[in-house]
Amino acid sequence: MRVALFIPCYVDQFYPQVGIASLQLLQKLGVRAHFPAQQTCCGQPLANSGCERDALPIYRHFVDTFQGYDYVVAPSGSCVYHVRKHFDKLEQTAEVQHVRAATYDLIDFITQILGVTELPGRFPHKVGLHLSCHGQRGLHQANESELTPVRDGQLRRLLASLEGIELTELDRNDECCGFGGTFCVSEEAISARMGQDRVQDHLRNGTTILTGGDMSCLMHLQGIVRRRQLPMQVLHAVEILNGEVVT
Amino acid sequence: MSHSLRAATFVADADRTTWHDETLWFVRQKRDKAVYAVPEFQELRELASQIKEHTLGRLDEYLKQFEAEARRNGVHVHWAADAAEHNDIILDIIRRHNDTRVVKSKSMLTEECHLNPHLLGHGIEVIDTDLGERIIQLREEAPSHLVLPAIHLKKEDVGATFHQHLGTEKGNHDPQQLTEAARQHLRAKFLAAEVAISGVNFAVAETGGVVICTNEGNADLGVNLARVHIASMGIEKLIPRLSDLGVFTRLLARSATGQPVTTYTSHYTKPADGRELHVVIVDNGRTQQLGRPDFRASLKCIRCGACMNTCPVYRRSGGHSYDFTVPGPIGAILSPNIDLKKHSSLPFASTLCGSCTDVCPVKIDIHTQLYKWRQVLAEAGEIPIAKKWSLRFMGRFLASPKAFGLGGKLARTGLRLLPHQLTHAQALNPWAVARELPEPPKQSFREWYARAVKQ
Ligand code: SF4
Repeated sequence: MRVALFIPCYVDQFYPQVGIASLQLLQKLGVRAHFPAQQTCCGQPLANSGCERDALPIYRHFVDTFQGYDYVVAPSGSCVYHVRKHFDKLEQTAEVQHVRAATYDLIDFITQILGVTELPGRFPHKVGLHLSCHGQRGLHQANESELTPVRDGQLRRLLASLEGIELTELDRNDECCGFGGTFCVSEEAISARMGQDRVQDHLRNGTTILTGGDMSCLMHLQGIVRRRQLPMQVLHAVEILNGEVVT
Repeated sequence: MSHSLRAATFVADADRTTWHDETLWFVRQKRDKAVYAVPEFQELRELASQIKEHTLGRLDEYLKQFEAEARRNGVHVHWAADAAEHNDIILDIIRRHNDTRVVKSKSMLTEECHLNPHLLGHGIEVIDTDLGERIIQLREEAPSHLVLPAIHLKKEDVGATFHQHLGTEKGNHDPQQLTEAARQHLRAKFLAAEVAISGVNFAVAETGGVVICTNEGNADLGVNLARVHIASMGIEKLIPRLSDLGVFTRLLARSATGQPVTTYTSHYTKPADGRELHVVIVDNGRTQQLGRPDFRASLKCIRCGACMNTCPVYRRSGGHSYDFTVPGPIGAILSPNIDLKKHSSLPFASTLCGSCTDVCPVKIDIHTQLYKWRQVLAEAGEIPIAKKWSLRFMGRFLASPKAFGLGGKLARTGLRLLPHQLTHAQALNPWAVARELPEPPKQSFREWYARAVKQ
């Protein structure tokens, strides 16, 4: 199985530890993932801003980079969703179709393709899970509260399998954090307020470690946690699952 | 003015924003409870969506059928291509009855057509009889929500308004007493009116009848007391058969307020003896939207308001930030159809979280349409020039691995070396108004990988 790691641009530059944890966790599960060095971005920031046409060269580059792999795995649901849903703008050659279908969110890859439902390890902390909208509603990684009261999802189950972990029960389980790509800048005031409310929900309910499957939401939430100097640490879920020790 | 500017003004009042957000979230939770209690709710949504799909596909036939049936019942049917025609038709009917005092029950279509100022300009007093509508009418404001038009106001605001206009005691903001004052005030208006105007929730092609759903019963009181009833409906309100109606009434109230059904669901099929029933069928841009394949599904909307209650942006920015008759996520799809330039910022007033799509009882793919409007707007040159060029540049940059690696390193190094005051200057960097930038690490992942793999 030839697996490529896609590390979104901001993770590459600002959160290398998330890339490293992704690689190591996959290794522990018996997968040797490659990181094709010529990779750049999936084009989502442009497309979400309305410039889909300007993003087409990026899409093509993405397909060229990853077409030779069986799976493309990324620690970010929104990029994966973008590749799957919006690469429909390219001519649907066999390569394009393959890349769209083969691109997986890391957690989905672990649970669906590798069939892993539990992980060994101990994490005795009160952990708050931030569900990313693109992962949850776009890739159906967890139930939507609009549809059902049952809170479930692959990531929740994986985390719950760790020994000693306690998952926070939030007042609003799956409300958006307000990041939204360029929304966080063009609608700065609302974006910040949404993030603050999100963090408050976690704080009120006892979260000490805030986690999730999509680093972009977490970057935004972490920005608020650090500005307000709140007693909360932000980690990508793959860091926890890979056995990150928190002091 | 863009949505973000208006939203920033609203959100600057942090307490009011909290209150607005929590009030609407409470309605969303009531909706959830009511929805979870109906096991077949998702099937109902699908069915409703399909019925609307079918109807929109043959709208011309169903409209003709509706007209024929309505005429057979003795209803006067009028056609209006746009807002001006709609207003003229209504003014004309009122004049023919020499009436100067008209009561109206909440209708977003008359709001969309700016009927009130038109009638007032011709010496006709038109009173909105829905409590929330009456409050904002007194304040000369627009509704800020489809179902809860005065939801942006607190009881203190209403107290002050009633003190000014209805003579209630200063400082009295007891909801019960205020409601009673409104009731007394409206009663006189109901009794005096010869003509009553109402909206239409559903029009049934098979019977030629219209159905009106309210919780206050004000529409019924108005139209049953008056000699002339004018019902104003958009062409998209049609459903084919009476038996389809149950699907929609089960969805509407649950989605809107979490009630099993609205308190009053009234059918008006024929005029009573000696009375008149008029139906004004309005296009006003709807056929244009029907002709846009990507946005056509927006005409399925039954105006329940659920997408507003669930929208995390709407809850924090308030309905007036949309500056359009229909605010919120659905308004952001309907408005560019009317005026692309004026409403160009609305499709961007969303994180595309998709909650609106999941909550919509007729399964409109709202967030997908918002994404598509963004593409249309950019192609039409309706996004800021600076943004467009920086994105175009970014496109080139992101398609080139070499530039990308180098640029990232420069940005990271810059961030590490430059003083915090500069990188977090709020005037230059909107992100930094409320958030810290991530701390730049010494090496990127790709740098780490290049070394780790060599070893
Ligand atoms: S778009 Fe859907 S959720 Fe929004 S008001 Fe219309 S029917 Fe209700």
